[in-house]
Amino acid sequence: MLKTFRIGGIHPKEKKISAGKAIQPIAIPDQVIIPLSQHIGAPCQPVVKKGDTVKVGTLIGKSVGFVSTNIHSPVSGTVLKIDKALDASGYKRDAVFIKVEGDEWEASVDRSPELKKTCDLASGEILNKIAAAGIVGMGGATFPSHVKLTPPPGTKAEILIINGVECEPWLTSDHQLMMEKSDEILVGTTIVMKALNVQKAIIGIENNKQDAIRLFNQKAKEYAGITVEPLKVQYPQGGEKQLIDALTGRQVGSGALPISVGAVVQNVGTVFAIYEAVQKNKPLVERVVTVTGKEVKQPCNILSRVGIPLNDLIGVAGGLPETTGKVVSGGPMMGKALASTDIPVTKGTSGILIIPTLEAKRKAMKDCIRCAKCVSVCPMGLNPTLLMNLTEYEVWDRAEQEHITDCIECGSCSYTCPADRPLLDYIRLGKGKVSGIIRSRKN
Amino acid sequence: MEQKLIVSPSPHVHSGDTIEKNMYNVLIALIPAFLVALYVFRLDALIITASAVLFCVGFEYLIVKYILKKTPTVADGSAIITGVLLAFNVPSDLPLWILALGSLFAIGVVKLSFGGLGNNIFNPAIAGRIFLLISFPAQMTTWPAAATAATTDAISSATVLGNLKLAPEALPSLQAMFLGTEAGSLGEISALALLIGLVYLLWKKTITWHIPLSIMATVALFTGVLYAFDPIALYHPLIHLFSGGLMLGAIFMATDYVTSPMTRKGMLIYGVGIGFVTVAIRLWGAYPEGVSFAILLMNALTPLINNYSSPKRFGEVVKHA
Repeated sequence: MLKTFRIGGIHPKEKKISAGKAIQPIAIPDQVIIPLSQHIGAPCQPVVKKGDTVKVGTLIGKSVGFVSTNIHSPVSGTVLKIDKALDASGYKRDAVFIKVEGDEWEASVDRSPELKKTCDLASGEILNKIAAAGIVGMGGATFPSHVKLTPPPGTKAEILIINGVECEPWLTSDHQLMMEKSDEILVGTTIVMKALNVQKAIIGIENNKQDAIRLFNQKAKEYAGITVEPLKVQYPQGGEKQLIDALTGRQVGSGALPISVGAVVQNVGTVFAIYEAVQKNKPLVERVVTVTGKEVKQPCNILSRVGIPLNDLIGVAGGLPETTGKVVSGGPMMGKALASTDIPVTKGTSGILIIPTLEAKRKAMKDCIRCAKCVSVCPMGLNPTLLMNLTEYEVWDRAEQEHITDCIECGSCSYTCPADRPLLDYIRLGKGKVSGIIRSRKN
Repeated sequence: MEQKLIVSPSPHVHSGDTIEKNMYNVLIALIPAFLVALYVFRLDALIITASAVLFCVGFEYLIVKYILKKTPTVADGSAIITGVLLAFNVPSDLPLWILALGSLFAIGVVKLSFGGLGNNIFNPAIAGRIFLLISFPAQMTTWPAAATAATTDAISSATVLGNLKLAPEALPSLQAMFLGTEAGSLGEISALALLIGLVYLLWKKTITWHIPLSIMATVALFTGVLYAFDPIALYHPLIHLFSGGLMLGAIFMATDYVTSPMTRKGMLIYGVGIGFVTVAIRLWGAYPEGVSFAILLMNALTPLINNYSSPKRFGEVVKHA
């Protein structure tokens, strides 16, 4: 029997209509906008000013603080200004505006297509390169990778887990990347193993990606210590704690990090970016984005530079359908609904999902009938309807006891609720409030 | 941009599950038991069931619209279920005005005065049945002989549980109890038909196995232990399982979403509680049947059980592989 995580889970319709579509390039527009906050943590400090000329790969934003990372120019041209610009958060935040001239790369970047297998760098040097290249978690969380790959003092990584699950419906960017860049991903895996000094890595792939499982099974033989594990399709298997449980049978405790059970998880897209950074000196300036949706004319997977407006990507997919009601950055379960499509692609843009108006509106909520379906699907073993009530009545101490901060915001509860109750909306609110209370208590 | 986009927090998709779908699944699961009732009690079964549904739906509509002045919610199907279950819990020759009173009590007092579907503490059909049992004990405890029974000369006959204490020699065969040709309330007579309903509900994932199976297992174990020491009919586990309202209660009434616990652990505590109280009332209480009292009692304890039975948390037991 195929492995999977042991508590809760749902089976949303997969709808992976862009699967198998080759990753295609997209033309670079005349101007790009590069937000200085594309990751979790402190926004970058800009290191360029109006009138500066930049090449592809030139550092334009410098990491400040421990949880932060660098940002590089994805194009060559001239800096127009540093100003506020709308991004996926819905707020206007600092960004670098660049007028595009040609496509000239920094000389240090190796743009040759050859696979470079060997890496003679020591662990610390690898981490420095990852930090310098501005690599973040590409699954959507955008947590700076060099921080994640630096286990806190007193902890030791035992196993590396590569997340090839892509459990969000509709999205296929990771799947297509696995099909086209399998060798690079495997070399990237060996590099991360070296950085962590672990001997064992497991690549977890859900069973709906048979071609990727076959390909990796065949190629992984050439690499010592890497195994491939097909997983039963179940959402949210791409959640870090769920994936560790599925692959190792170890459960990360409440409030603890994966390293507490000796595991470090990296997304396949991140590992590919790490390969390019370490072996090819290429900073993170582009990524694969799935553009898809029920009414989208040509669902596709696009290799897009950071900073290109989503409108351009939607144009490649055949334009915004007239029926459009909602545009989501990311997948349908955890993605963010956008107020405008006139925003740039960032390091965390895994997909653009276009939802018709008819399916975009929520139904009116009814009274809870206590069917307990939310309780049985919650992958963290929480009681969502109780947490919603506790938030509504602001009973924060009880909400804390009921582990509200364990919520991974996967949305399985709201998805399942037959009374259309916005369970996750409330829990998210309560989680923020309780986290604030816990922080203020520590200070 | 000319068109406005809808912005809302995730998730952006929904399973499509609705309250109505769950309620209608329960109604579908009740069909086999209804067919047996039709076969055994003929036209009476249809009259009682249709009337109870009409009364329950009608009272809910009128009360919600004219007294509570809200949009009527009868389309959710829960009032239909209350009607069917109430009908299944009464003798097939119950006067219709008594049935109407029971429906009014179930819908008006037990359900709507607490705030309607989702807010009631007690299962409306169970409370309605008990209300009738206490108010009209004579009419509620004389059952017409089944039209299919061998002794067609009898005008009324005692149920299996009634005979257990008084006249164990008059018991029908276990096979009759399982298939449903013995005397009893409308919908409770065929254990087989009710079990088919259970399989359907489990298949459709409308309910989980925890409540019905823990009730049945507790009843079987409790009476089984007594039977092992003293093998008389009064303690026969299969008689207890297949007679009276046990199957109907365990499968359709105890599993009512609103009035049963929400966690697996809670469901098991609740089910075991119902099993124990049922057997205790049947063996040592004044009434021959105890399922409805047991469910009502455990309904009252449900908020407490919910409060003390957390779901199994992720990471609570850190297992090292």
